[in-house]
Amino acid sequence: MITAVTDAFETRAILAVSGVDKTFTMHLQDGQRLPVLQELAFEVNAGECVALGGVSGVGKSSILKMVYGNYAVSCGSILLRAHGRAVDIAAAGPRQVLAARHDTMGYVSQFLHCVPRVAALQIVAEPLLERGVTAGEARDRAAELLTRLAIPERLWALPPATFSGGEQQRVNIARGFVTELPLLLLDEPTASLDVRNREVVTGLIHDKRARGTAILGIFHDAEVRDAVADRVVQVETFAATAEAAV
Amino acid sequence: MRNEQPLLEVRGVGHSYGERYGCRDVDLDLWPGEVLAVVGESGSGKTTLLGALSQRLRLTAGSVRYRLADGTVADLSELSESAVRRLWRTEWGFVHQNPADGLRMHVSAGGNVGEPLMATGWRHYGRIRAASAQWLERVEIPVDRIDDPPTTFSGGMRQRLQIARNLVVSPRLVFMDEPTSGLDVSVQARLLDLIRSLVSDLGLAVIIVTHDLAVARLISHRTLVMKDGCVIESGLTDRVLDDPQAAYTQLLVSSILQG
Repeated sequence: MITAVTDAFETRAILAVSGVDKTFTMHLQDGQRLPVLQELAFEVNAGECVALGGVSGVGKSSILKMVYGNYAVSCGSILLRAHGRAVDIAAAGPRQVLAARHDTMGYVSQFLHCVPRVAALQIVAEPLLERGVTAGEARDRAAELLTRLAIPERLWALPPATFSGGEQQRVNIARGFVTELPLLLLDEPTASLDVRNREVVTGLIHDKRARGTAILGIFHDAEVRDAVADRVVQVETFAATAEAAV
Repeated sequence: MRNEQPLLEVRGVGHSYGERYGCRDVDLDLWPGEVLAVVGESGSGKTTLLGALSQRLRLTAGSVRYRLADGTVADLSELSESAVRRLWRTEWGFVHQNPADGLRMHVSAGGNVGEPLMATGWRHYGRIRAASAQWLERVEIPVDRIDDPPTTFSGGMRQRLQIARNLVVSPRLVFMDEPTSGLDVSVQARLLDLIRSLVSDLGLAVIIVTHDLAVARLISHRTLVMKDGCVIESGLTDRVLDDPQAAYTQLLVSSILQG
């Protein structure tokens, strides 16, 4: 069995991405190769919020998906350091990735992927229940976040499938923020929110940072980005130069 | 869950129908509490694989090692017939696509759920009936239907009853063969949600065969993709579906109708 877990690490960073390439091979289009990222390298430390910058389509979401294990990594390493151990997500097996998601990293996607029939409060409480928090405490913490994100209490017992886009996104944010994990990945968390709720999310991100969470995010809204990010990692357009080199 | 040993260790497994093979060279490990989806189109060998792993079909190649509840590891092909029957009574379940294959259609709902308990030694009628009623409730069948036979039930109810019949003895490993595919879409969603919550509450290990990638996404941790009897891709379910590597998996994923 491949072991991607090592005890030795040279860096303090919670997340260390180095030498990462990502190329999609599209077998349905005659095996066309679509290089997206090359030689990507950056780190995120505890208590730091790093924004991924760059034009649309440059591969920012792909980076988050590689870190979370949804996308395969063509080469390079994605070292995740927490709880005194380091795991290379680029080489880790499925169970190691699941363990890292359980213990180390959370992810707020752009859209809520609803499970039919599950109530909003339950959706938010679930990540806590899965980590052994008692039902009562999980419910309290979920309720607190939903309140802070201005989801009216009358909606808590309903499945979010019928909610507005903004409400669904706030449920999604509550679910992502309810746990305390060392690394949090955010894919445009404020995209469909009004000014007031953008400010709430900005506040939530500040709180997480203050508690030492490392945050890697994509923030379309320049105001939010300026308010939360310590620095921006600029993702360069790569496809054009690669094509020229071929 | 991380330091546990695998429940099932499958190495080089194959099953041939005469000259033709149904599946071959399959390797996999399954851990307690893990849900593994086997996907592929009809004829890809996924049901044959399920049959071979569950000892319903004879292995023509390879080995399946299973960790029993007492911690010992058994090579399934070396177990006696009675030991295998005992596994089915106490540690394993099988949910068929067609509920009629897994239920006794002319026995009451309560009887269908109570029977497996009796087979493991339960004798007290009141307790058996109470446990059956509790399970009917858990799978959302009105308890006042306890004396009705499944012939009077809808397809979704029959399937939920089959699940109760399988789970009532707290098995450790459950095989499922397309459990939702004969049902209406709305009934499917309800059943999937039920399977998902029961599996996580009970910490079951499940191998589920499905042609429906949405089913795999909703309830499985890992996915195997089969084609022409072989596993052509496997990995974390998210990864297999979001960034498929094999040409055939890309075709499968690109064929999903977006809902």
